[in-house]
Amino acid sequence: MFLINCPYCGERDQQEFKAGGEAHIERPKQPTELSDDEWAEYLFMRKNIKGVQFERWNHAHGCRKWFNMVRDTSNDEIKAIYKMGEKPPSQ
Amino acid sequence: MTKNLRVKSSEYIDETNRISFKFNGKTYHGFKGDTLASALLANDVHLVGRSFKYHRPRGIMTSGSEEPNAIVQIHPGTNRTEPNVRATEVEIYEGLEASSQNCWPSVKFDIGGINNFLSPFFPAGFYYKTFMWPASFWEKYEFFIRHSAGLGKSPTTSDPDIYDHRNVHCDVLVVGAGISGIMAAKNAAKNNFKTLLVEEKNELGGSTIYENNEFNKIDNKSPSEWLKKEIEELKSIKNLEIKTRTSVAAYHQYNYLLARENLTDHLEAKNKTNKIRQRLLKIRAKKVILATGALERPLIFNNNDRPGVMLSSAVKKYSEFYGVACGSKNVFFTNNDSAYESALSLYNKGINVDAIIDIREQSESKIVKKVKEAGIKIYWSHSIVDTAGYKRLNSVSIMKLSNDGTSVTGSKISISCDCLGVAGGWTPAVHLYTQSGSKLKFDEEKKIFVPNQNTSEQISVGSCGGDFKINEIIKNLNQKLKDTFNIKETDLDNIKVEIDQENSKRNIWLLPSDKPLGKTKPFVDYQNDATVKDIKLALREGFRSIEHVKRYTTTGMGTDQGKLGNMHALGIIADTAGVKMGELGTTTFRPPYTPLTFGTIVGRNVGKFFDIFRRTPMNDWHVENKAEFENVGQWKRAWYYPISGETMHQSVQRESKAARESAGILDASTLGKIDIQGSDASEFLNRVYTNAWSKLAIGKCRYGLMLNEDGMVYDDGVTTRLGENHYIMTTTTGGAANVLGKLEDYLQTEWPELDVYLTSVTDHYATASLCGPNSKKILKKIIPDLDLSDENFPHMSFKEANIGSIQCRIMRISFTGEHSYEINVQASYGKDLWEKCMEAGKEFNITPYGTETMHLLRAEKGFIIVGQDTDGTMTPIDLQMDWIVSKKKYDFIGKRSLYRSDTMREDRKQLVGLLTDDPNIVLEEGAQIVSELNQSPVEMLGHVTSSYFSPNLKKSIALAVVRGGKDMMGKKLFVPMENKNINVTVANPVFYDEKNERLNA
Ligand SMILES: [Zn+2]
Repeated sequence: MFLINCPYCGERDQQEFKAGGEAHIERPKQPTELSDDEWAEYLFMRKNIKGVQFERWNHAHGCRKWFNMVRDTSNDEIKAIYKMGEKPPSQ
Repeated sequence: MTKNLRVKSSEYIDETNRISFKFNGKTYHGFKGDTLASALLANDVHLVGRSFKYHRPRGIMTSGSEEPNAIVQIHPGTNRTEPNVRATEVEIYEGLEASSQNCWPSVKFDIGGINNFLSPFFPAGFYYKTFMWPASFWEKYEFFIRHSAGLGKSPTTSDPDIYDHRNVHCDVLVVGAGISGIMAAKNAAKNNFKTLLVEEKNELGGSTIYENNEFNKIDNKSPSEWLKKEIEELKSIKNLEIKTRTSVAAYHQYNYLLARENLTDHLEAKNKTNKIRQRLLKIRAKKVILATGALERPLIFNNNDRPGVMLSSAVKKYSEFYGVACGSKNVFFTNNDSAYESALSLYNKGINVDAIIDIREQSESKIVKKVKEAGIKIYWSHSIVDTAGYKRLNSVSIMKLSNDGTSVTGSKISISCDCLGVAGGWTPAVHLYTQSGSKLKFDEEKKIFVPNQNTSEQISVGSCGGDFKINEIIKNLNQKLKDTFNIKETDLDNIKVEIDQENSKRNIWLLPSDKPLGKTKPFVDYQNDATVKDIKLALREGFRSIEHVKRYTTTGMGTDQGKLGNMHALGIIADTAGVKMGELGTTTFRPPYTPLTFGTIVGRNVGKFFDIFRRTPMNDWHVENKAEFENVGQWKRAWYYPISGETMHQSVQRESKAARESAGILDASTLGKIDIQGSDASEFLNRVYTNAWSKLAIGKCRYGLMLNEDGMVYDDGVTTRLGENHYIMTTTTGGAANVLGKLEDYLQTEWPELDVYLTSVTDHYATASLCGPNSKKILKKIIPDLDLSDENFPHMSFKEANIGSIQCRIMRISFTGEHSYEINVQASYGKDLWEKCMEAGKEFNITPYGTETMHLLRAEKGFIIVGQDTDGTMTPIDLQMDWIVSKKKYDFIGKRSLYRSDTMREDRKQLVGLLTDDPNIVLEEGAQIVSELNQSPVEMLGHVTSSYFSPNLKKSIALAVVRGGKDMMGKKLFVPMENKNINVTVANPVFYDEKNERLNA
């Protein structure tokens, strides 16, 4: 059970949070201009890395805010947490 | 008469407090302070169980939680019964009853014992190889296995005890209160760290507390005396909390640990009631200090499992701590000096020690000399090749060990004995350490796995860290404490330690016998009856990974997780495969360290606290009026209201007719409600719904369909524009939380530029839905001054009004196709509103209806229920709801996906109506639909999603999803059931009032 440092509330137990998949996949601004393949790339393709991964998390049973997390999926070490819209930390 | 093997009063045993208890139906006596194991041993009872596979008689082997054999059922046949309890951990109390498990019909005569003589037929993987084939025989095998492989019996009535959970936060958690744990906790607390010290036993001090070896001194005192003084000092230390009888079950990442605190298990029945039995502590610690000690290893030799064969350290503890001699003719078998300490301890108490068999060539330590002086015979370079005694050890046979340790020579000597203390060296208890994800390395010199790479802020101190000599323990502990707390001084700085402990040890994983391996039984895992033969067979059959060998041979798979034998298994595997220890993997220890009761795991979340449930403000009325309820998400919703013995079908038929013929009323409070405000609210709705929202006038309502980005229907509901920048959205009952989450996600992450605020107001309003041709008259009676004309208050519009002094929001919307109103009031007025409607509706025979009737009425109209008629693979086009998908809007969630090649396929499953040729047959929901009956394999075209008998149409109706169904209007299909095929015809899903004339009736 991780301890997650919500950027708005502070450290809380993992069970208050919901994982939201890979981060920094922006919804295309003009979906209708995209080919089926391009749209499918946005819709379905996720990296699912073993190692350092950029993820979205939501403090679902707390402030309900979404934020980003850098997590090593091989040992669950949380390397960084930053707000939506903020630049990801350089590796 | 049973023998009394009490030797000398022990300060931990209160001989003035005599306790009687029952074991296997027979009454015995012990004293306060005894465990079940020590009390049985004092009564000369060694035989306590049968082994799992061969049903060999087994005795008490250890004095702690690592016990593999003495597994008992406590209070059999009562509601407090508990299986798989270790006799070595049960503190006795008046009235305790326990029985052996894994033996039938009794421990002394056991039918399964025949397996022992059949053992050549029970090799490793026997169960996998034999019982899997033929498959049809499994039931017979299972009966046999379950009957004879008693895994204990679970209670058959509900648990009378109370369990609890507690969150605990501390700076430092110290696990284990032996000498290292105590000194670590003391120094942590003294340096202002909030410290918690937990110990699985009821006494502090670990093995040092009874360590009276004359050659070891701390500050010129015996280690025992010195430690007692330290423990005394703990009482005056602030910041320190001590919990005994508390066992850490799991060590998760981020220093999150689960511990079970035992509060009443040691009390007699009358003192257990109304108290919390066990408490699960959920501990978050900034730093963890593991001081879990070490477990003594047995030695692996032929027939090393007879009752009377024990760990040397256990023999010592029973004599020193419990004042019990485990035998009257004691022999030790060792590869290091530990057995000499045990032998001397017995000797000093006047207990007979006949011999020590040592596989080493010699040892010159002071303690060995002392044993020699005591006249105890030592057999150097000898090994036990066999033991005798079926239900109790009566002799061992020894032979001279060859120089390389792989064979025995010379003549066989038989030594008679009734207790054999076995000392194979020490294994650090690294179970919790590895659970945390930290990594071990193998220390070739000491032949142990030691902590190597930590994943969190933790240290392992004392013998679990690989230090066994008291001077090393104190020196290394001191340095680790200074490093971890960043301090310069500790209480350990000026301690003077004198010791005479030798680490000299001769490690041989498998000791040879004069017989070939195939004719011997050297047990590695006692509980699961895995022998060296099994492990070697697994390797011959090609298994390499430790995890595979474990599963194939079941080594380490018992309730003790093979705490005693794992190292030997690894050693034998490495030797046989010719690789280094650890190269084929080390075994993974998984939580819990010792078994947990279900009660502890669920805590207070039992009975009505098992899950959260939600009730509407009108709930009491529904209960008073005998409604049946159904669960919808967490809500308890009124399902139907049976009167005078009606069946569900009868109630629903009556309710459905009443709602269409006169007036019905539904509690719709559970619908999700989201308040949406902000200058971009209209734009936001435009993006989340498939239809257009910008032109919706204030005071008007609109139905909306929400998709996922993949184009599939996600939720639906009516949204009302309350003001220029203010909407109230309704969602399905089950979807409310997810819809809010999804909308928040888009607002926060994709469209942060939109000025929109979302608030869940589901619980703030109570909603009564009034429907039927007389609904208008009823509402008029309640709110006389509101103009209900179709001009002023048309379908799909909204009014604010007052019922007396109660403010309400009224939407004229309909989910039944009838003229209807949804009246929303502040939740606390919900029941009042409901009663007012019932009162006003009396003259029209207003009929309350539940969710079942609601479902029927909407099905008559062909309205979908998201989640019943859709399953996450239906687009609006599939639902024949093209009309709600805006062609003009540039974008909305899911729009692009509607033009993917896959979503545009003509042969997707599409929503249609189904009519049975026989109007009285009601289809089963979920039933499959086919177009051909005599085809094999037959193609499944789709399935029935909703099906009812419509009292208003006087026939059966159904909704279904059918491949290419849109173009099948009027086509004959079949619904094959177990006993018959039902003929059906594809129809328009709107069965009733196709022109919507009743909305304004
Ligand atoms: Zn938060």
